[in-house]
Amino acid sequence: MIFSESYHRFIDELKKNTGQDPNQCYQCAKCSAGCPVVAAMDLLPHQVIRYLQLGLLGELEESRTPWICASCFTCAARCPRDLDLARLMEGVRLAVLRLREGNRLSPADLELTPEQLEKLPAQALVSSFRKYAK
Amino acid sequence: MPRIGVFICWCGTNIAGTVEIEQVVNAARSFPGVVYAGDYRYLCSEVGQKLIKDTIKKENLERVVVGTCSPRMHEVTFRKAVAEAGLNPYLLEVANLREHCSWVHKDPAEATPKAIALVRAAVSKASLDEPLTALMLDVEKRALVIGGGIAGIQAALDIADSGYTVDLVEKEPSIGGRMAQLEKTFPTLDCAACILTPKMVEVAQHPNINLLTYSEVEAVSGFVGQFDVRIRSRARSIDPSKCTGCGICYEKCPAKVPSEFDMELGKRKVIYVPFPQAVPNIPVIDRENCLYFKRGRCRICEKECPAEAIDFEQQDEIIERRYGVILVATGFDSMDLTGYGEYGYGQHPDVLSALQFERLFNASGPTAGQVVRLSNGRPPQRVVFIQCVGSRDIARGQNYCSKICCMFTSKQAILLKEKLPETEAYIFYIDLRTAGKGYEEFQRRAAEEYGVIYLRGSVGKVFPEGERLLVRGVDSLSGRPLEIEADLVVLAAASVPRRDAPELARLMSINSDRYNFFDEAHPKLRPVETHTAGIFIAGACQAPKDIPEAVAQAGAAAAKAVTLLSKEKLQSEACVAKVDPARCSGCLHCEAVCPYGAIAATETEERVRGELLTRTVAEVNPALCQGCGCCTMTCRSGSVTLQGYTDEQMLAEVDALCLQR
Amino acid sequence: MHYRYFPGCTLKTQAKEMEDTALAAASALGIELQELPEWQCCGAVFPLSDDELITLLSPVRTLAAAGGEPLVSLCAACHHVLKRAQEVIKRNPDTREKVTDFLEVDYAGEGRVLHFLEVLRDDLGFDRLKEQVSHPLAGRKIAAYYGCLLLRPAKEMQFDDPENPTIMEDLLRSLGAEVVSTAYRTECCGAYLSVTEEKVATATAEKIVHSARRAGAEALITACPLCRYNLENIGGPALPVYYFSELLAEALGVAALKEVARG
Ligand SMILES: Cc1cc2nc3c(=O)[nH]c(=O)nc-3n(C[C@H](O)[C@H](O)[C@H](O)COP(=O)(O)OP(=O)(O)OC[C@H]3O[C@@H](n4cnc5c(N)ncnc54)[C@H](O)[C@@H]3O)c2cc1C
Ligand code: SF4
Ligand code: SF4
Repeated sequence: MIFSESYHRFIDELKKNTGQDPNQCYQCAKCSAGCPVVAAMDLLPHQVIRYLQLGLLGELEESRTPWICASCFTCAARCPRDLDLARLMEGVRLAVLRLREGNRLSPADLELTPEQLEKLPAQALVSSFRKYAK
Repeated sequence: MPRIGVFICWCGTNIAGTVEIEQVVNAARSFPGVVYAGDYRYLCSEVGQKLIKDTIKKENLERVVVGTCSPRMHEVTFRKAVAEAGLNPYLLEVANLREHCSWVHKDPAEATPKAIALVRAAVSKASLDEPLTALMLDVEKRALVIGGGIAGIQAALDIADSGYTVDLVEKEPSIGGRMAQLEKTFPTLDCAACILTPKMVEVAQHPNINLLTYSEVEAVSGFVGQFDVRIRSRARSIDPSKCTGCGICYEKCPAKVPSEFDMELGKRKVIYVPFPQAVPNIPVIDRENCLYFKRGRCRICEKECPAEAIDFEQQDEIIERRYGVILVATGFDSMDLTGYGEYGYGQHPDVLSALQFERLFNASGPTAGQVVRLSNGRPPQRVVFIQCVGSRDIARGQNYCSKICCMFTSKQAILLKEKLPETEAYIFYIDLRTAGKGYEEFQRRAAEEYGVIYLRGSVGKVFPEGERLLVRGVDSLSGRPLEIEADLVVLAAASVPRRDAPELARLMSINSDRYNFFDEAHPKLRPVETHTAGIFIAGACQAPKDIPEAVAQAGAAAAKAVTLLSKEKLQSEACVAKVDPARCSGCLHCEAVCPYGAIAATETEERVRGELLTRTVAEVNPALCQGCGCCTMTCRSGSVTLQGYTDEQMLAEVDALCLQR
Repeated sequence: MHYRYFPGCTLKTQAKEMEDTALAAASALGIELQELPEWQCCGAVFPLSDDELITLLSPVRTLAAAGGEPLVSLCAACHHVLKRAQEVIKRNPDTREKVTDFLEVDYAGEGRVLHFLEVLRDDLGFDRLKEQVSHPLAGRKIAAYYGCLLLRPAKEMQFDDPENPTIMEDLLRSLGAEVVSTAYRTECCGAYLSVTEEKVATATAEKIVHSARRAGAEALITACPLCRYNLENIGGPALPVYYFSELLAEALGVAALKEVARG
């Protein structure tokens, strides 16, 4: 069942927290067209919304896309339906983190050389832990 | 207390299915003044009307109340029936038992008491009804058409062919509108000029059409049948009786400015006709840019004109005339795309709007019909078209679909392929909307015969890279990001109302929708009328539309206009406002709020302690008043009443409703 | 011209030269930047989900600490977070109550939140800046790189035209440099993906740098330490990347001061 009761609960929560209604999207794919990191995504940004519309939440949970999204807000700046997809991506990320009760990133995962770590701005580390761990 | 008859309609099961008719009839019998109460299955039928007429005579009824559908539907029917039985038609009241009651309730236990209350209110009001009479007004047998695009041209011709005189007012130096800017037209690909110019010539030659180009409407007053209009005919600086249209003046003129007709792509002279087939073929001097008007020196055209037609001293002409009807056909603009920075419009010469691209095909256009890149003058090898730029965009554009872009984009891709068969054409679309006779077939031909590549998706950004434009987009069907190196990018800009549309709407007291397109009186049943009687609309000023639709609408509007013009007299609204001069303090707040300009100051004389004094009071022109009642609410001394809806009548209704609970 | 100044973590570590040069330039221009006492991290990312209140705490504490005075930052990311946090406080009374109650501060969204570039453009004026330039960057072909956080979302940031911004180019022109315009100047650099998805970040950064090179740029400027990191860490031939403040200080002839400050 795609549109189960738990789907509606999830979507209501998502709408409340992000202020965005996935059903407002008409699938023009402008978001995907402008996304700077789309090449690395398994689901294109507009497909993420489509999956939300169709209730394909399991697939979203498995997708790399929300973790590739860089929160650059390019999609939100141009969406003709005035949707802030960056917010929806955040909503999906949070939902997955909470569902799995685990972090997506832990310090042990970092594959950075000491020189890189030396040069890498602090903000990058703080940001990624804020995005990928709760 | 007048003798009142009450008739309750079942409306089949529409009312009777939810309202206990018998209870309502019984209750009505007990209301003050009611001497008869009955019901019938369909009161609006011949039989139902006869029942009312017969009962009026038999029971000597002096007022009639019907409990039926909304007065918007059948008030006129029942007024006529009442009048045929010898009563003044305004002694009828309608209780709306359908839209206001049975349709919005499910439970008879709720609906029935409400129906009784509504009938009681109507009865209370009816007992205070007074006979009213409408005025009979003259009709000026002359029409004004504003806007000389294809819609205005068609309407003017149709009205003129019916034998009435038409003044056609066009803002630009020539008629023709946007259609004159087009190369060929979908879905048949006939050349726009070939089908438009014969009509333009017909306008010029028609004995019943008086063409006023380079002219604008400045003021409108009056009412249906008698609109008084002031038109400013701007000085062309050319004597039309002398000009032969030889064109030497604009050949010799040394000053150039961007051409509006070529969407600023090319240049025109300062003395100019916008395009070779212009009607009338008489140039104008654009005084804002003319060297003589700017700096006091030049007058080369004057020296060169063999007909001595140049007249620098010519003044604007003011024309004041009365018209029976007005038809507005002022068309549309292409949306300004500077808000879409990602496409680089206005930043890069090879990013064009569709209307600009259309001009490239035209033999008299900025490139003399060569489809080339404006950056280097070479023909493009790859052209990317982007649809829905500004349309269907609630964030930066218009909420609506502009309706014509799917078709004109396919058309332009075909024209491109015909001219440059080797050039690739890509079209990014969100949805393809090709509803119309021959339209779907046309689009399929573009894809199948001409090899135009349709990409379902969008473009994120256009990156100028070296000589070319890198178009980054996505094809949503395959789920693939795409990068296309293009030479030209063509943007299907949304159709929007003319910039001065709100001003024109105000001048005419007609309504506009939230985008400033002019509003029809009813979206289905009165598509070419406005809310102001006697003013009609046609063409793209009402909503985006293509030529076939604009022409059909123009014909319909002309027919409506002719129907009015053919009447000897017109009946005015009878429920109009009336000022009691004895109470009026002359503050004239009512004048300020009246949307129809129906209230004016007048002088009244009165004797105060033996002395004759004059003072200012308000007066309603019953021919202009539409009975909206704004003035009655504004009047602080309560001296304006709306006849048929007096304070006493309204309070009687309210009292009757309160009594119920 | 007096402002409260929020440096943020990275400016005290990897991006020290941004702070040094900006402070030197500011004092040469008569712009007083008074550092907030005992400041802490801006939060690094703006919380995009309304139930993420904790992430709002540190920016709001910072905003409140400015006491209604104009608050300036140099790092694009810090500015982004502070500016949007202020918007939330202004717009959403519910969130405001929760956050300010928790922090035990009194803050209702007052005070201008500015990026230093805005101070230069709006308060000082590029014309006046130009008059103070003693070592114009004549002949230097520089491309501006904006990235995301200063520009978007435009409704909240109110910084510049999000698709065709001009503020950095205007700055470069007033410093006497030759502006090279690049198509990728508002594209994302890859942001913190360099931590988890290095290849993705490298790919985006490469596009930006290579397009600038093709357009003839000799160097890029940015206002964000992370952008700079990404733009410098690409495969293939790179371009020097400067903070805007480095060129500003150089043109004002206060580059030496930087050396002094750095000891
Ligand atoms: C790029 C493009 C391609 C198109 N291709 C096709 C096609 O192939 N086939 C097709 O069927 N349709 C096509 N169309 C649509 C077509 O242009 C319109 O359907 C048509 O022009 C509408 O005619 P109109 O008379 O309503 O308005 P307009 O053509 O806009 O004419 C309105 C006239 O009113 C005048 N006017 C405006 N304001 C005033 C005023 N205040 N006072 C006096 N005069 C005024 C204007 O100057 C103008 O002459 C195309 C449109 C575009 C943009
Ligand atoms: S740009 Fe907006 S409307 Fe278009 S697909 Fe993306 S989210 Fe949906
Ligand atoms: S915010 Fe995320 S989905 Fe949107 S364009 Fe940027 S990276 Fe892509």
